Amino acid sequence: MEKETLRIELESLSKNEEFARVAVAMFMSRMDPTIEEIDDVKTAVSEAVTNGIIHGYQGKEGIIYIEVTIEDRELTVVVKDSGTGIPDIKKAMEPMYTTDATGERSGMGFSFMEAFMDQVEVWSVPGVGTRVTMKKQIGR
Amino acid sequence: MEEQTFRYEAKGQVLVIHMPKELDHHNCRNLRYETDLLLEENYITKIVFDFSKTVFMDSSGIGILLNRYKQMERSGGKTAIYGARAQILRVLAVGGIGKLVPQYDSKEAAIAG
Repeated sequence: MEKETLRIELESLSKNEEFARVAVAMFMSRMDPTIEEIDDVKTAVSEAVTNGIIHGYQGKEGIIYIEVTIEDRELTVVVKDSGTGIPDIKKAMEPMYTTDATGERSGMGFSFMEAFMDQVEVWSVPGVGTRVTMKKQIGR
Repeated sequence: MEEQTFRYEAKGQVLVIHMPKELDHHNCRNLRYETDLLLEENYITKIVFDFSKTVFMDSSGIGILLNRYKQMERSGGKTAIYGARAQILRVLAVGGIGKLVPQYDSKEAAIAG
């Protein structure tokens, strides 16, 4: 199979979280995934996009970039923002760690991405932005 | 225009919260304020979460469940869940809620349990 790519640019608005995960689910449906695989990817995408909106842009304006690539049985989802960046990625990825002051966030965003995808890589530079790359084999 | 995402139902000392179809950060925004208000105004000893209409949940749902669980624990109250389908059950398990909040098949069982 050839490599196919979907690119989306979204404004950093919480109402776009649903659109993002549904769009990725629609695109990956051509891989003939199971419902469970679709749910896994939707959850991981929702986590990454929500992080971009809450932490990357902190409620301010900005663009979230999503790039989804299908290559054979491998799905790659890249979620990027040009927001504040993460000073300590290792700490940010610890389960239950959150900088959110409302107390309503579980701090499990990265744990969820890791639980529902095969591979998660985070690149981030303070003041430049954050890029999360997630991979999953579909139809093992 | 703001669409109401959570519906609340008081049954004696039990507060039933009907969860929205898509339980994400966007749809969780008002829950804390709304439940805090209801808990202040009513004597509630148990919160029952209805997931029967929910088809999607991410870690935002875990955050609000965990906080309501802690809130009820502090006041000696209980929490329960009913109607959760496969995706929701997996997310609850990964989020560690599976062990904290008992899950039931029906509203009646959740209220009684």
